[in-house]
Amino acid sequence: MAEEGKGEVKLLGLNVSPFAIRARMALRLKGVSCEYLEQDLFHKGDLLLRSNPVNRKVPVLIHDGKPICESLVIVQYVDEVWAAAGDGEGTAILPADPYGRAIARFWAAYIDDKLFPALMGIMKATTEEARAEKAKETFAAVEQLEKAFAECSDGKSFFGGDSVGYVDLALGCLLPWFGAVREMFGLEIIDAANTPLLAAWAERFGETAAAKEVLPEPDKAVEYAKKLQAHWTAAAAAAAAK
Amino acid sequence: MSRPPQPPAPAAVKLVTAFGSPFAHRVEVALTLKGVPYELVMEDLANKSNLLLAHNPVHRMVPVLLHGDLPAVCESLVIVEYVDEAFADGPAVPRILPADPYDRAAARFWANFIDNKCLKPLWLSMWSNGEAQERFVRETRESLAILDAQLDGKRFFGGDALGFVDLAACTLALWLDVLQEVAGVRLVVDGEYPALRRWAKEYTSDETVRRCLPDRDQLAAYFAANKARFTSLVHAAVQQQ
Repeated sequence: MAEEGKGEVKLLGLNVSPFAIRARMALRLKGVSCEYLEQDLFHKGDLLLRSNPVNRKVPVLIHDGKPICESLVIVQYVDEVWAAAGDGEGTAILPADPYGRAIARFWAAYIDDKLFPALMGIMKATTEEARAEKAKETFAAVEQLEKAFAECSDGKSFFGGDSVGYVDLALGCLLPWFGAVREMFGLEIIDAANTPLLAAWAERFGETAAAKEVLPEPDKAVEYAKKLQAHWTAAAAAAAAK
Repeated sequence: MSRPPQPPAPAAVKLVTAFGSPFAHRVEVALTLKGVPYELVMEDLANKSNLLLAHNPVHRMVPVLLHGDLPAVCESLVIVEYVDEAFADGPAVPRILPADPYDRAAARFWANFIDNKCLKPLWLSMWSNGEAQERFVRETRESLAILDAQLDGKRFFGGDALGFVDLAACTLALWLDVLQEVAGVRLVVDGEYPALRRWAKEYTSDETVRRCLPDRDQLAAYFAANKARFTSLVHAAVQQQ
């Protein structure tokens, strides 16, 4: 049960956005009930623009009318505010010890700085050569994360140990997009032969209650990717025409 | 007569650093604010040591924090949060991040904004050219304007005292001016971003910061000596985008 009296919670998100998925899963892990507001990022609404004027992106958590932006900032906020709450499976998202927290933050930053841009680069590439280059970068990042999993999990099920933690959320939110890349380009980002630990982890992550509730099917990501590609093509044409 | 038991000596702190790194500077200020003694291990980034490569195999960059027997902590803002949490004991020890979760979230948001939306394009704008450079200049200036507005009459981003966001923004207090001079790229026209300029003076005058700031002339010489290397690295990075 979520703690009473912690205030009104809204989340502005997009079903396929990995960043929004992180925030939604964090709230779900803590048993926090929130009003979820699906956004149209091609026609941004007033509430989104007012709540996140700097970046105009999802997710935005609005707690008692106050906005919190950036997925990892939101996850840490949720972890701190609802510290004692949870569904009894092991409730801390970040560990208590400063060193463990530093390692978790390091790998989450790595996922955002190295893995995510390379993965999106596969989508955005306009030539086979460029796509192959981005795929190479993506695989290199995933291989690093395979090593990270061995170190962080210490023989347990998740990066966070016995239960889903910070790095699990940071990486797990990308699973629908790994599926989309498989469908669209035939690329297996987490390959059981190359990265067996992550392949097993991905299955376990997908089986958690929070993931089952929040992760969309890969074909939803494929659908959205096609919309994005059309948008990028139009934007490039408009820029070229100037 | 037996001696009373001694408390264990605090674990030694080493900071792997390189001259002129604003990222290493963030960590030095954090350690100094906390009153933690530390030893500097100097790197030559053009000729990285096996120590650096062993402790930071993923990024091969400074700063790297070595605390006692623990494996390395890497990435400057991750290190600063670590320092804030690991050395929290003592009534007089200042906080780097605020106590309130909402304020902490705001601090993390702005530090992230500074790193990704301001400092990345800033660096690229100095060493690139043509259309790409124009784009980076525009992006940096937009971010500077947002940060200028965010200061909103405050002495520091953290309020009355230095905090996490001030450390994140340190590049703007000294390195920005030096870079503009050496690279010959004018990002800031006279009179612009008055709040940021006031903040830069407050920041560089702070007693703790001054102990960790590189000498301005030496910094200029360092950038000048490495101009060709930076230009070629940035050129390659821009091609890859």
